[in-house]
Amino acid sequence: MRFGLVQNLGTIAALAMVLAAPAPMRAQGPMGTPSASSAFSIPGSQQLQPEELNRLLVTKGANKPLMLQVGSHLLFAEAHIAGSEYVGPGSQPAGLDLLKNRVAQLSHKTFIVLYCGCCPWNRCPNMGPAFKLLHDLGFTNVKALYLANNLGTDWVDKGYPIERGR
Amino acid sequence: MIAALLLGICFLVFDAPSGFAAESLVQKQAPKFVRHDLNGEEIQFGSLRGKVVLLNFWATWCAPCQLEMPRFVQWQRQYGPQGFKVIGISMDDDPALVRRVVRRLKLNYPVAMGDEELGALYGGVLGLPLTFLIDRDGKVRAQFQGETGLKTIEDQLKRLLSEP
Repeated sequence: MRFGLVQNLGTIAALAMVLAAPAPMRAQGPMGTPSASSAFSIPGSQQLQPEELNRLLVTKGANKPLMLQVGSHLLFAEAHIAGSEYVGPGSQPAGLDLLKNRVAQLSHKTFIVLYCGCCPWNRCPNMGPAFKLLHDLGFTNVKALYLANNLGTDWVDKGYPIERGR
Repeated sequence: MIAALLLGICFLVFDAPSGFAAESLVQKQAPKFVRHDLNGEEIQFGSLRGKVVLLNFWATWCAPCQLEMPRFVQWQRQYGPQGFKVIGISMDDDPALVRRVVRRLKLNYPVAMGDEELGALYGGVLGLPLTFLIDRDGKVRAQFQGETGLKTIEDQLKRLLSEP
């Protein structure tokens, strides 16, 4: 433990201020309950752990998913899961349009993995809306990659395959 | 609200997770760079020798980032006369969104747009927020990845300011 609870009263007060901020920033609904825009809204059964995805990627003959990054293009350029595509931030209408266009011609049974990893899962503003969009479009085999902290900690640091560039 | 607050507290009292760039730059000279801030003013990182610098990578979609930034504003005002300088690097794709947040939060320090070159220079910015504390000699003395106690950062920056 790096620091104690008592020492953080100022920070906690600041956190309370953020919780009172507009929903798009904090990805939570009124009274602290998850809103539709929150990654909290994605059921656990629809989440995929990083080690599971890595296993799929390295296993010969495994059913490889279409992997779509729904976060920042700049972070994607720095590093992204090998073989994945950038489609735009799920928290913005333009990003959702890009996602909609990308999947327009696909079968609704296509195995799709969405991921972001911009910030901790409980703070991510992108995953919830992107997941909801695919669900609303009728896609039935969509998983959300659960990156608890960020892409660096939960994917890159584990030595899982990455690529760089846009 | 109470549940969310308790959840937040849980995140604050445990160590922030180490990240992709964790500790790779600590005790090393901070990489120099030149960028223009959102007002077109040049930021010459090398010219900040003699100041204690807080270099903060952030983005408009990053909630923990925006929790920290009002404190950075306060510190810039409070410690600026002692030779403290905050520099923000936005990892957003769209500068228009950044300008809006800069105005809303009334940031009193320069903010420049980041890019993959700058990210790589600082060890890879693959999760936000990411903050470096740099001493008066230009050496990285601390790095904070993810949600970090602001008191921890403030204590360290005060220590650096007290050094000759």
